[in-house]
Amino acid sequence: MSDHLILRIVGKFLIPYIMLFALYVQFHGDFGPGGGFQAGVIFASAFVIHTLLFGLESTLRIAPPSVLKVIAASGVLLYAGVGVASLFAGGNFLDYDVLAADPIAGQHIGIILVEFGVGLTVTSVMMLLFFTFAGRGEPA
Amino acid sequence: MMLEQWIDVFLLGFLAVISIAVLRIRDVFTAVMLFGIYSLTSASLFMVLDAADVAFTEAAVGAGISTILMLATLSLTGRKEKALLKKRVAILPLLVVTVTGATLVYGIRDLPPFGAADNPVHTHVAPRYIHQSAEEIDVPNLVTAVLASYRGFDTLGEVVVIFTAGVGVLLLIGRRRRREKNANE
Repeated sequence: MSDHLILRIVGKFLIPYIMLFALYVQFHGDFGPGGGFQAGVIFASAFVIHTLLFGLESTLRIAPPSVLKVIAASGVLLYAGVGVASLFAGGNFLDYDVLAADPIAGQHIGIILVEFGVGLTVTSVMMLLFFTFAGRGEPA
Repeated sequence: MMLEQWIDVFLLGFLAVISIAVLRIRDVFTAVMLFGIYSLTSASLFMVLDAADVAFTEAAVGAGISTILMLATLSLTGRKEKALLKKRVAILPLLVVTVTGATLVYGIRDLPPFGAADNPVHTHVAPRYIHQSAEEIDVPNLVTAVLASYRGFDTLGEVVVIFTAGVGVLLLIGRRRRREKNANE
């Protein structure tokens, strides 16, 4: 798509706003529609646009799959880790009440962390899937 | 009929038209784009039902990223479906589909009326979520409270499913380039 000047310029401008919107959806999910799943997909789509505009090689330099694999696993681990942390704090698995002195504050901390874990995993898995499929089309 | 019902009828009719078009079309690229439109129409339907979070997910995942993944797959496989050699009417599958469909339609008569306040789905745990979540969790978006806290274990399962899907794809087709490189050495 390197010949399409207008698409390239407009896409370049859009990428940071898409990322910003993804972060908004991620951390505003307690108050409005959204959460880790939607935010992860939106954040990954910013990288999809980057791939379409600048080619797979340059995107892989910014987001190497080896790092993405670690992020994908760490999202699940963060989620489960919050559950284990609440076990150690004396509650049930994923019972956020015990994470802080005040049960409400504990719930808020738990939900933010858990949603962040969801966002990490969804973003990196979606990017990995896209890179894998896009990479097979190109001559190695 | 009220305006909202007309919107429902329009959107559901649109879904039926898209499904039939997808079935009849031989060009896979067009079918993928129609699936994207199908997801977007479903998202509008969820919006009419006031399910903003579900509509958001359907629009982002169904119409957005899965269309892109399907297109990326198409770039590997080619866009034309293989034509059937001879067309014949298969009686048994038609019979099975008709009987199953008729049974399902018959079963609709036993369902509680759509949207009624005293339906079983609204009288089980939903009242507790609605009345208690402000005191127990104090998150303005009830959907987030249910998803991340009350049903946190389910959501953990969903994240593991996504992770597993990624692992599966990487195991199946993610390693091929390295092996080719090794073969060249």
